[in-house]
Amino acid sequence: MDFDLSEEQRLLKDSVDGLLNDSYDFDSRKKYRAEKGGWSKAVWGKLAEQGLLGLPFSEDDGGFGAGAVETMIVMEALGKALLLEPYLATVVIGGGFLRRGGSAEQKAAHIPGIIDGSKTFAFAQLEKNSRYDLQDVATTAKKKGGGWVIDGEKFVVLNGENADTFIVTARTKGGQRDANGIGVFLVPGNAKGISKKGYPTQDGLHAADVTFTGVEVDADAAIGDPENGLALIERVVDDARIALCAEAVGAMDESLKTTVEYLKTRTQFGVPIGSFQTLQHRAADMFVAVEQARSMSLFATMASDFDDARERATAVAAAKVQIGKSAKFVGQQAIQLHGGIGMTQEARIGHYFKRLTMIENTFGDTDYHLRRVAGGGGLV
Amino acid sequence: MDLSFSKEEVAFRDEVREFFRNNVPSDTRKKLVEGRHLSKDEMVAWWRILNKKGWGVSHWPKEYGGTGWSSVQHYIFNEELQMHPAPAPLAFGVSMVGPVIYTFGNEKQKQQYLPRIANVDDWWCQGFSEPGSGSDLASLKTKAERKGDKYIINGQKTWTTLAQHADMIFCLCRTDPGAKKQMGISFIVFSMKSKGVTVRPIETIDGGHEVNEVFFDDVEVPVENLIGEENKGWDYAKFLLGNERTGIARVGVSKERLRRIRDLASKVEAGGKPIIEDQKFREKLAEVEIELKALELTQLRVVADENKHGKGKPNPASSVLKIKGSEIQQTTTELLMEVIGPFAAPYDEHGDEGSNESMDWTAQIAPSYFNNRKVSIYGGSNEIQRNIITKAVLGL
Repeated sequence: MDFDLSEEQRLLKDSVDGLLNDSYDFDSRKKYRAEKGGWSKAVWGKLAEQGLLGLPFSEDDGGFGAGAVETMIVMEALGKALLLEPYLATVVIGGGFLRRGGSAEQKAAHIPGIIDGSKTFAFAQLEKNSRYDLQDVATTAKKKGGGWVIDGEKFVVLNGENADTFIVTARTKGGQRDANGIGVFLVPGNAKGISKKGYPTQDGLHAADVTFTGVEVDADAAIGDPENGLALIERVVDDARIALCAEAVGAMDESLKTTVEYLKTRTQFGVPIGSFQTLQHRAADMFVAVEQARSMSLFATMASDFDDARERATAVAAAKVQIGKSAKFVGQQAIQLHGGIGMTQEARIGHYFKRLTMIENTFGDTDYHLRRVAGGGGLV
Repeated sequence: MDLSFSKEEVAFRDEVREFFRNNVPSDTRKKLVEGRHLSKDEMVAWWRILNKKGWGVSHWPKEYGGTGWSSVQHYIFNEELQMHPAPAPLAFGVSMVGPVIYTFGNEKQKQQYLPRIANVDDWWCQGFSEPGSGSDLASLKTKAERKGDKYIINGQKTWTTLAQHADMIFCLCRTDPGAKKQMGISFIVFSMKSKGVTVRPIETIDGGHEVNEVFFDDVEVPVENLIGEENKGWDYAKFLLGNERTGIARVGVSKERLRRIRDLASKVEAGGKPIIEDQKFREKLAEVEIELKALELTQLRVVADENKHGKGKPNPASSVLKIKGSEIQQTTTELLMEVIGPFAAPYDEHGDEGSNESMDWTAQIAPSYFNNRKVSIYGGSNEIQRNIITKAVLGL
């Protein structure tokens, strides 16, 4: 029983915090958003230089063989900084599929580009009617010769406009909601037959709706068994959920800190507004919400290594429920306590609120995960 | 970072579990499961079993009969005790006055009181709250006037839990009426059998008798019953209240109650199927389970921190424990009410100790729900806890 970071983990935390303190204040972030693609190549390069893009990959694949705790540390820091760069899409999800399901050739072809920062990924999964159901897949991959032809529409694909490679979920057989018959495919971002409509998201990131029309890929584009990819998808999406929980904790931490700072400095009626008990108690409740979220983020991080897939899934779902509830509460209270200034684009607090709100709706919202926990027979 | 118990800790847990299984009287366990009150004899009998095993005052220093367990072991012990369930050691003696005596008392007091606390030869109660001094405890008025080698005590205490069973009371009294608030208070212990002590029961909304008013009318107490220094009582009271931070979450109690909810909800039907199969009910249950898991982890963070770094500076997360712990306890009693629905209504006039068998399984559910409204009020109300977070954690 030990919740302390190891010496190496503390060093990692210091280094990523240090990097982002130096290069990611609120004004810099505005500049990065205005760059082509909506994020900073220079910052991405620095993340690569510090080894952060190679963290979860095995040493054989050129990475550092770090575990879930290290990803948690990084994601918390990214949450604090409101990072725009596609770490989740590229390292956690793209890297996750390659690490957990990729062949030796696929790893060799793609992982070095992730680690050195030259390539980014996007996960084309969400469909018009699938909502949060990972096995609801209408996009098809049909055999043609030795390869596959992919047809379908994917929505809100994070980093979809500029990714070098898509990871696409597509049905190789069966009906739209069957658990069997789902494949995972690596598709070049510029493949013939892809059309993209890019846009900024509410929280300042970038996404795209992507249409695949007769997109042809080779046989070696399939990650794992093209007819039985659901377990791999669930595994990697759980990785993503765990990472999002940690990112949310970072964003909540910073929201609370910023709000407490504001309560101490803003004066009305001749006193700091933090001297009013109604406001103090709201802030205290925010603290409680953040600590409960932190506990569940830790739980989810530990659950990443559970052997039993069902146990892992339930733990991650439970964490996502807690994080969703805490994030909504902390985000909304932070705006309320900032008053009018919290409503402006100029104040940073609103940007945390927006990111937290989007995290709740990514890979399953609170109600969705609550139903999963309830359906699975509970936690105790 | 490691969430699992070590091999030794798992072995310890098994040992504790086994001991409870073999030694907690089954009637005692059953009454607790059903939310009934235990008689004094039932409680004392169990505590003596525990003390004989050497676990009665587990967290005391070894020289006074403690076990020398680690924070994690204490956590395991409490969790298993609450989940079995078995009555926790009498907090007023074991967790409150005991540590004050071995920390601030003199040698004679230690020898006189500590073994009797451990074996519950004396049942202790707490004389802190007064009718006019609840959250603002330091405004208390009960006074102890020094006359020769005696204090003459006059005043009134209230919310005195189980004072009807008590042999001894530890009492905050004003010894210097001229001093400002916290300053002139002393920590004095004396016999509840002393002349001039009157105990009047307070009946709570559940119909139960747990708390009392206690009146002092020229009670004569030898000055040697002062613990520590005169007028330093407030410091000892703060020490006492800060002592039992992690137990207050009562995670094991809520876990046990969730088990009972599942059990009853699988038996009680609505619309031709057990309530547990109702989607909305299941989601409510899942929601509490998740809250409880989060609280358990928060508690473990505090425990692991103490285990490794000692109790020196309190972990900020510990202030969460009282607030969330009490909220969850209340929600679980609410869910039990929801499960039995209209069958919550019959009230057992004879009290829960000689209960009418036909009402057996439902009779205590509504009273337990009513009774549990107390948990967000006592031990520093949840609003006071928020004040503590505001000042100690957020620095507002």
